Amino acid sequence: MRANSHSGSGSELAVEAIDLRRSFGETKAADGISLTIPRGMVFGLLGPNGAGKTTTVRILTTLLRPDSGVARVAGFDVTEEPDEVRRRIGLVGQYASVDEIISGRQNLILIGRLYGMTSSQAKRRADELLERFDLLEPGKKAVKTYSGGMRRRLDLAASLVVSPSILFLDEPTTGLDPNGRAATWDVISTMTKGGTTVLLTTQYLEEADRFAEKIAVIDHGRVVAEGSPAELKARLGRSTLVVHLGGGLTEGAATAAVTRFAASAPQRRGDELVVSIDDLAGTAELIKALGAAGATLDQIHIAKASMDDVFFELTGRDRMPEGKAA
Amino acid sequence: MTSVAVADSLSTRRTGSLAKTMDEVRALVWRNLSHIPRMPERLADVTVMPVMFVILFGYVFGSAIVIPGMEMSPESSAAYREFLIGGIFVQSVVFMCITTAVGVVNDMKEGVIDRFRSLPISRVSVLLGRAIASLVEGSLGIFVMAICGLIVGWGAHNGFGNAVAAFALLAGIAFAMICIGIFVGQLVKNPMSAQAIGFTLIFPLTFASNAFVPTDNMPGPLKVFSEWNPVSAMVQAVRELFGNLPPGTPVPDAWPLQNPVLATVIWIVVFAVIGMTLAVRKYARGRDQ
Repeated sequence: MRANSHSGSGSELAVEAIDLRRSFGETKAADGISLTIPRGMVFGLLGPNGAGKTTTVRILTTLLRPDSGVARVAGFDVTEEPDEVRRRIGLVGQYASVDEIISGRQNLILIGRLYGMTSSQAKRRADELLERFDLLEPGKKAVKTYSGGMRRRLDLAASLVVSPSILFLDEPTTGLDPNGRAATWDVISTMTKGGTTVLLTTQYLEEADRFAEKIAVIDHGRVVAEGSPAELKARLGRSTLVVHLGGGLTEGAATAAVTRFAASAPQRRGDELVVSIDDLAGTAELIKALGAAGATLDQIHIAKASMDDVFFELTGRDRMPEGKAA
Repeated sequence: MTSVAVADSLSTRRTGSLAKTMDEVRALVWRNLSHIPRMPERLADVTVMPVMFVILFGYVFGSAIVIPGMEMSPESSAAYREFLIGGIFVQSVVFMCITTAVGVVNDMKEGVIDRFRSLPISRVSVLLGRAIASLVEGSLGIFVMAICGLIVGWGAHNGFGNAVAAFALLAGIAFAMICIGIFVGQLVKNPMSAQAIGFTLIFPLTFASNAFVPTDNMPGPLKVFSEWNPVSAMVQAVRELFGNLPPGTPVPDAWPLQNPVLATVIWIVVFAVIGMTLAVRKYARGRDQ
């Protein structure tokens, strides 16, 4: 086997994907995705629904073969040595689920047994995890009786039955109510602090911003930008200046006065004029121009770029679904 | 930390080794059987249904159907029940194909299969675990039916060895049908279609056979179909081994009915090999979604 030449454990890269492509019929779900994730990093894959996040994760976790491209996870080729990869990963995704009919504890024991633990090892590990994820009581009941949040905690626990060296969290909070999401975030933050490499996919900017050290924004099966959240915001997001007009100026006149400073067409929101600007240094001139045009300025507010703005800038799509998250 | 120690000890065991695979299969059989206490109604297919068939056919049709070589009488009704049980034994193990397919579709739908596929386990373990668990359920069904048969006057009259052979044959048929069910379950998208496909194929097969009525009086083409229908050979084999046919009962000339045990063994091997091969191939390839 050719992949043996770079035998896993020594590699510095946890994930290395080169030009992954996968189509479903006419749809190019992955259209040349390349990623490198160093060991120990929490990496965010951010994109809207249908961008290709799940396809990428399914390829990296050996569940789906790419049409072309190479991927190594923990140093092992995902198509040539899938078992070596499977041994080293944990996966949380809505498609890789647990058995709903049996109890949470039974599920964890089953997974432990499938990893090769003895019955007593598997039971001990299941109880440790149930305790850690606050599922000791519900652990005895059938999974189908669980709330969304409990269910997701069980999914997370299931991915940690053996300590994986790379953890794939594919949209871990999608579909949860705000309480469930907050509780899941608490769990994820402890999971991501332990030095484990994590690939987190999400359509929630807040989630990527909160956990990821580095983010790849993905859209239409391609990586459209990559960098730390701060880098992405600095590079792509523009600051926004919001001017509250006290009157004395028509909308047209105000817009005309600021247009030459604005990066895109100014927008009017009630009494407010919203202007994106590339360079904050121009702010003073802008305010002067408004004053010269006869505007009374009640209030001025400058907002730094949010991940929302970055996302809009990159994908041209409207704001990310904020879901029910506050 | 214990988990790290465990992970280290795990890496010494190779996926695909016989001992590891046996362990996986055992765990997965346990998982499937753990469903029973939580949803006992699932056993209805293999227990209640055959009992209903015995009662409905045995007493409703049994009062009107006369097997060849007898006159209509209370005795003929008892003889029909004796004749019928073999047919119902086979019918209910053939139906295992449908219950298994439905179980597999549910696993696929809920994503449990993808969880298993992301674990370092042998490809055949998940399928074998399902097959063996289904076989255990099927055996329970055969046991319930045998009891029910004994109550309505059926019996094994051909010696202990032949009776054991008959039960072994039924288990073999069940296993072969389960293999087919595992493949079909991976093909379809929801339990309803698994059931629909199953019934559309299995119903004609079990009814256009000698399972419920002798084939002698069927119209030409149907008679030929019934005589060569795998179900007929299976039913004939079970009846012969249990000694449920009155001496001198005419046997159609078709080869499978003249050599029913051999024909049944051939059918079992053919169905099991085709079903298992297709099921493993489909499983290894995974879903394309």
